Amino acid sequence: MSSENSVGVVAPQRARFYDPLLLRSGAEMPGFELVFETYGQLNRARSNAVLVCHALSGSHHVAGRYADDVDNVGWWDNLVGPGKPLDIKKFFVVGVNNLGGCYGSTGPLSINPATGKRYGADFPLVTVEDWVAAQGRLADHLGVETWAAVIGGSLGGMQALEWSLQFPERVRHAMVIASAPKLSAQNIAFNEVARQAILSDPDFHAGYYADHGVVPTRGLRLARMVGHITYLSDAQMAEKFGRQLRHGEHKFSYDVDFEIESYLRYQGNKFASFFDANTYLMTTKALDYFDPAYEFDGNLAAALARARASFFVASFSTDWRFSPARSREIVFALLHNRLRVVYAEIESTAGHDSFLLDDDHYHALLRAYLENIAV
Amino acid sequence: MTENERKIRAEQRERFDFAVIAGWIPPGERVLDLGCGDGRLLRYLSETRDVTGYGVEIDRESVLRCIRNGVDVIQMDIECGLSGFEDHSFDHVIISQALQTMRATERILCEMLRVAGEAVVSFPNFAYLTNRVAIADGHMPVSEDLPYDWFDTPNVRFFTIADFENLCEKLGIEVRERLAFDDHGREVDQDPNLNGSLAFYRLGRKA
Repeated sequence: MSSENSVGVVAPQRARFYDPLLLRSGAEMPGFELVFETYGQLNRARSNAVLVCHALSGSHHVAGRYADDVDNVGWWDNLVGPGKPLDIKKFFVVGVNNLGGCYGSTGPLSINPATGKRYGADFPLVTVEDWVAAQGRLADHLGVETWAAVIGGSLGGMQALEWSLQFPERVRHAMVIASAPKLSAQNIAFNEVARQAILSDPDFHAGYYADHGVVPTRGLRLARMVGHITYLSDAQMAEKFGRQLRHGEHKFSYDVDFEIESYLRYQGNKFASFFDANTYLMTTKALDYFDPAYEFDGNLAAALARARASFFVASFSTDWRFSPARSREIVFALLHNRLRVVYAEIESTAGHDSFLLDDDHYHALLRAYLENIAV
Repeated sequence: MTENERKIRAEQRERFDFAVIAGWIPPGERVLDLGCGDGRLLRYLSETRDVTGYGVEIDRESVLRCIRNGVDVIQMDIECGLSGFEDHSFDHVIISQALQTMRATERILCEMLRVAGEAVVSFPNFAYLTNRVAIADGHMPVSEDLPYDWFDTPNVRFFTIADFENLCEKLGIEVRERLAFDDHGREVDQDPNLNGSLAFYRLGRKA
């Protein structure tokens, strides 16, 4: 990564919230901590704050690098920095690890004050609505009454959308990228395969693996492999790997023959080495449950009637996990409510992962929209 | 004409076209502009008529320019119709000098009058006198309102005022008002199919 336009060295911060948070499931979080990072300066009018919501595997570490871990570059570093589309000379940017996450916010790996042991499976299921409620506490903590924008891709886009519904007056622009108003049966099916991989790992121990000093690595690895297939497009996989052989010949074994197998194993192993299985399970359920239209008889337009924000919606042509058609559902529901929206359908070869990539046109669109946001 | 004169001329004509369209749009309306380009018509209408609305555009660079211009644009292919847009959800749907660049002419006209009570359409009249002269001379016309060489024109449908009105008749579309202008921007009364270079229509559904 070029250090030019980087936010540079960053350090995470923590905030503790003492008021209980009633969750959508009916359970209650007695109090919790969120870990977050900020880039840029909050202006005097407190009108330039932008919240970046992360997707399944992301974190509060959106941009920059750590002094003691210079290779750990933020997951959306190509977007956030001085002179970048989300320009920290203009905006005060906040990244937060969601409630239930495994990067430092209160989650299944935290100590349950009721038992003195790690929560594990006792950590309640949290939803997109709950995450946004918790993020609202963080906004209060930071003195941000209204976000100039809330932005996210995929599951992060769902949070941006949810912000516009749960706190209509607290978000001026919702930027919903490569996202969907709800998962399809196919999406849920993939999540279920991922969950079963973890749940059936003998090291899972019904979620209390930490008490046994083990990690359901095999399950996590499989879950990530399945997920990765859905993040890429067929065309991109063909281009990147094709039928390339690892050893130049068929080995007639179950070791890696094809390069794609090697790639998936690498991605699976890498992920399983740091991500928490309970967080993964819970996050996939949060995805499955998200459906603002659920309480409106499936009528998305009725569900979005509360929103007041202006919207930026974008999708990618080869994203079959959250296809352009899913984004258009959001767009037309917004139109029904006479809300302001721009919608871009971006040509891309990279599938769902496109939203994380540094594509010139995609970034030009983001830059153009963000430049027009008054602060 | 120098390049600069050409540019000024084009801008003047554009303002003229916009003014004609704006004349048919009551203040405060909600409009949809199909093939909106960089959104300058919508911007003009919002500045002069206080309209709200959206542009629809397929070209990615135009979409980017719309966003820069602060115009709400939806990137989609109108050739596939306007599914997703609800019936009668706009006061006016406009297609300004873009109908000739699309293949699904009938579908687009019908869709326009599904999503709005009235449609405003402008297009270059292929039967305009100087175009006829060019054809008689053995060449595809290149004129003020058809400014492209045949080999790089974005236009895919070439039609005349007479043709367009026949199609409207066939589709049960009522011509509520028509204005035609020659290539000096003068309004044409006599034989518009011969003397009109650019035609503007206000269309509705027959009762």
